[in-house]
Amino acid sequence: MTTRYTEDHEWITVEGDVATVGITAYAAEQLGDVVFVELPEVGKTFKKGDEFAVVESVKAASEVYAPVDGEIVGVNDDLDGEPAKVNEDATGGGWFAKFKLADASQLEGLMDEDAYKAHIA
Amino acid sequence: MPMNTQGRPTRIADNIATGGYAETTSGSKGLEQSEALIYERGSVEQCGVDLPEPKGTATRLGGLERKSELGMPGLSEPETMRHYVRLSRKNYAIDLGLYPLGSCTMKHNPRLNEKMARLPGFADVHPMQPASTVQGAYAVIGELAHWLMTLCGMSGVAMSPKAGAHGEFCGMMAIRAKLDADGQSHRRRVLVPESAHGTNPATAVQCGFTVDEIPADETGRVDMEAFKAKLGDDVAGIMLTNPNTCGLFERDIREIADLIHEAGGYFYCDGANFNAIVGRVRPGDLGVDAMHINLHKTFSTPHGGGGPGSGPTVLSDALAPFAPVPYVVLKDKHWELVEHEADAEGQPFGRMAAFHGQMGMFTRALTYMMSHGSDGLKQVAEDAVLNANYIQARLKHVMTPAFDGICMHEALFDDRFLKDTGVTTLDFAKAMIDEGYHPMTMYFPLVVHGAMLIEPTETESKSGLDRFIDTLEALSLAAKAGEVERFQAAPVHAPTKRLDETKAARQPVLRWTAPAAEEPIAAE
Amino acid sequence: MRYLPHTDTDRKAMLEAIGVASIDDLFTDVPEAARLDGLIDLPTKQGELQVERAMAAMSNQNVSASSVPFFVGAGAYKHHIPATVDHLIQRSEFLTAYTPYQPEISQGTLQTLFEFQTQVAQLTGMDVANASMYDGSTACAEAVMMAARVTKRDKAVMAGTVHPHYVEASKTLAKYSSVSIEVTEPELDSLDKVIAAIDENTACVVVQTPDIFGQLHDLREISRIAHEKGALVIAAFTEVVALGLTEAPGAMGADIAVGEGQSIGVGLNFGGPYVGLFACKDDRRFIRQMPGRLAGETVDADGRRGFVLTLSTREQHIRRDKATSNICTNSGLCALAFTIHMTLLGEKGFRQMAQLSHENACALADALDAVEGVDVVNDAFFNEFAVRLPGNAADIVEKLAKVGVLGGVPASRLYPGQFEDILLVAATEVNTQADIEIFAKALGGVL
Repeated sequence: MTTRYTEDHEWITVEGDVATVGITAYAAEQLGDVVFVELPEVGKTFKKGDEFAVVESVKAASEVYAPVDGEIVGVNDDLDGEPAKVNEDATGGGWFAKFKLADASQLEGLMDEDAYKAHIA
Repeated sequence: MPMNTQGRPTRIADNIATGGYAETTSGSKGLEQSEALIYERGSVEQCGVDLPEPKGTATRLGGLERKSELGMPGLSEPETMRHYVRLSRKNYAIDLGLYPLGSCTMKHNPRLNEKMARLPGFADVHPMQPASTVQGAYAVIGELAHWLMTLCGMSGVAMSPKAGAHGEFCGMMAIRAKLDADGQSHRRRVLVPESAHGTNPATAVQCGFTVDEIPADETGRVDMEAFKAKLGDDVAGIMLTNPNTCGLFERDIREIADLIHEAGGYFYCDGANFNAIVGRVRPGDLGVDAMHINLHKTFSTPHGGGGPGSGPTVLSDALAPFAPVPYVVLKDKHWELVEHEADAEGQPFGRMAAFHGQMGMFTRALTYMMSHGSDGLKQVAEDAVLNANYIQARLKHVMTPAFDGICMHEALFDDRFLKDTGVTTLDFAKAMIDEGYHPMTMYFPLVVHGAMLIEPTETESKSGLDRFIDTLEALSLAAKAGEVERFQAAPVHAPTKRLDETKAARQPVLRWTAPAAEEPIAAE
Repeated sequence: MRYLPHTDTDRKAMLEAIGVASIDDLFTDVPEAARLDGLIDLPTKQGELQVERAMAAMSNQNVSASSVPFFVGAGAYKHHIPATVDHLIQRSEFLTAYTPYQPEISQGTLQTLFEFQTQVAQLTGMDVANASMYDGSTACAEAVMMAARVTKRDKAVMAGTVHPHYVEASKTLAKYSSVSIEVTEPELDSLDKVIAAIDENTACVVVQTPDIFGQLHDLREISRIAHEKGALVIAAFTEVVALGLTEAPGAMGADIAVGEGQSIGVGLNFGGPYVGLFACKDDRRFIRQMPGRLAGETVDADGRRGFVLTLSTREQHIRRDKATSNICTNSGLCALAFTIHMTLLGEKGFRQMAQLSHENACALADALDAVEGVDVVNDAFFNEFAVRLPGNAADIVEKLAKVGVLGGVPASRLYPGQFEDILLVAATEVNTQADIEIFAKALGGVL
């Protein structure tokens, strides 16, 4: 189980054919206090690069892009009451959605942790 | 001589302790009085008006009497007066001091305007009275329209838009209607500089257009190469603010107008910054096809804590036939109101709102214009530009102007002068509050890092500007001297300290609700 | 010029500090072709007295509502406004403040907006309200667009008895969106045609009560049917005082309530500025799709209660092309006037004002009904109703004006070519029994 990253600061962790997606701690810190996350409906499908969620701080709203093609098979309902989880635990309890992967090979184009660290440095 | 035996000390005693009493029992501090909500002060039995006792008999409500509770508390007249006067004292206002909000044109609001708006022939007439009983009201609309068209060098004006954004909607709808009428409905792309007010892209989308952003060049103006590259036969037009939101005149504006026209599109100008050029430059001479005019900015109708505004929209020959209903026309010395599309000479795109526009703002704006005249309005633009340049010139050694050279009616600074101080634009703005000033517009426009946009307006005196400049200079030096805590704690002298906006957004409380009863009420 | 503080000496010193020789040097970015040589062809400056005379001359050409027996309604109503209201809204700190973007020095505006939002929510029987829209018509239009976003459907049904200006404003806003608006034929006594138009694609149904003809409607049945089909119910009103006596939209199943607040605190003003009221259910789907500003409660750094503008990510200054609306400026000062007047009234005074308006309307209906050839159309009304005249209502209104009575709005002015014999008349607490008798007598005289 490895975690990969996009240039737009999404992380993606794959188990079997299901990928969990969220935004990185770096992105959460840049946004400031997250106050709301608009999540997609379960069952919707997205292409890589599509906007699938919106994350809002007090003074900004940012689109979150699908890192891979896939169908939404779960969303993090906890964020509705506790959006602060995105700031507190971006890569854990602050996850956004689970994608059923359509094409696992798309993962290969994404950054590993070292590459992402270099990207944000 | 008789001695006054009731003498009392008038000198402050030495060694008197002044600290340690910051908190008071009542929550008030001298003239700064705490004030609860009406819901915590009044009751549903209280009333501050005396109305005749109803007979209580007649009812033709068809069985639809209100059964659900109301629950609105009342207050007697003296309590109402105190409640709102106390609250008013927690507001900053133009009448209290310089209000340098860039893009907002917070100028003096003459009280003659208020007096004229309250004349019974304006304030106490109904919009649907017969035409014969409101000739003077139609005349005000017609007269104001004449002033606006003449000042702008344009042949048409729609008077009904209720605010700037509503005027933008009017102008862009006229463009859309014109394109449709000419078989150009495929033109859907609107070019909008990235420095634009947020209303511009929001309006374009509301009219069914898509937004294509144009970057700014290194001088803060439209990047002409990028602009030219975006022209094409799907372009409906451009929405451009001039002077732009960086406070700069778009030098290439005529070329921009010519190019957009050659490409088959139209030029919408956001008139929020008209104050910089009123009486000196006519937008029609710049190639503009439509421009809203914020009567609550350039023409001094009061901002009222967020509104009401008024956004008459001037239109070029090409767009004027598509102006919305209603509008007034003078026929044989008699004013008439054209209310329906079928009665119009042109092809109105529709109606924007009920009735005929913001009459209360029209009377104020017309009063203001008549007071100034063409000579006074020209002086307005000149003094507004003079004041902004004076601020920029005198602060450029301690703060960092975002762009070199002359500005128009507002001076834009970025946060380079705060680099490595630990003080942010927000901190700097909040420290201005402690100095008795309303902060400038901050973090806008987006094309400049940590933007601080200062618009003094023409109604500030030189001595008032000097005090303001001295204050900003002192704050800049304090930031550079490492007084970071002072900035981060600011404001400490305002009615409240910094407010927790995160909490407000995470757990929205948008209304008062009765506190839960301490003991459950027994069922009857 | 009395509003401009600089002397020529000041100007000269400032130009020197800037480092330019003349004011023209500050305008060199203006293209030469657009530089004007002299003054624009308009009158030059005038003193207060001269301006006052010119404005008064225009004012004097109008017949003010207080000067004659007055029964005009159709979306704007003449009520008495206590002197306290106008005094308070002219406080410098309210009148000359900007939008409360700096909450530490705007608590006055923010707290009154919070009070306003609460009052509007209570009046309409809804959970939350925003900090005002331009007017009732634009609030209605925005509600239609909001319902489409919430339901993700794009068909709206509007009753033909909704104020035609509200219908037209909604159509204009929806014109180039994906939302289509179907307007049903106006029916004076039922909502059957509106109900019949609701289907599985309907985003919302807009009904007004009291409607443009003054008729009251029970919204419970239409709400039930609309909700069964997944559509939202938007209840519109033009006379907010009706809510003091008639059932609240929220209690009849409405999801969004919109209307005109002009009757309370604002005055006639020849059509504007007014204050649009916008309230809805407390549902996250709804609140995040609301247009306009919202004041919310929070605490400051010392833990004391304070108020801020909140949920701003819906709005144009942050969301830009994805905003819920392009609205920026609202009706702040009119909302303040509304809140002050409502605070003076309280529930007791508000109910009393509503009851008096209704009783005067009932007396007026009886008086007009007694005029030969005149029939009251409505079976249920609040303070406004329609009468059928034995002739063209527009002509009769003109004749009444000539004898010094402002006797209502001909329905054909709102529905061109239709209802030519229908006159819309309204009464409020300001009308006297003498006014009513003069009107009835004058009407009998001009028929």
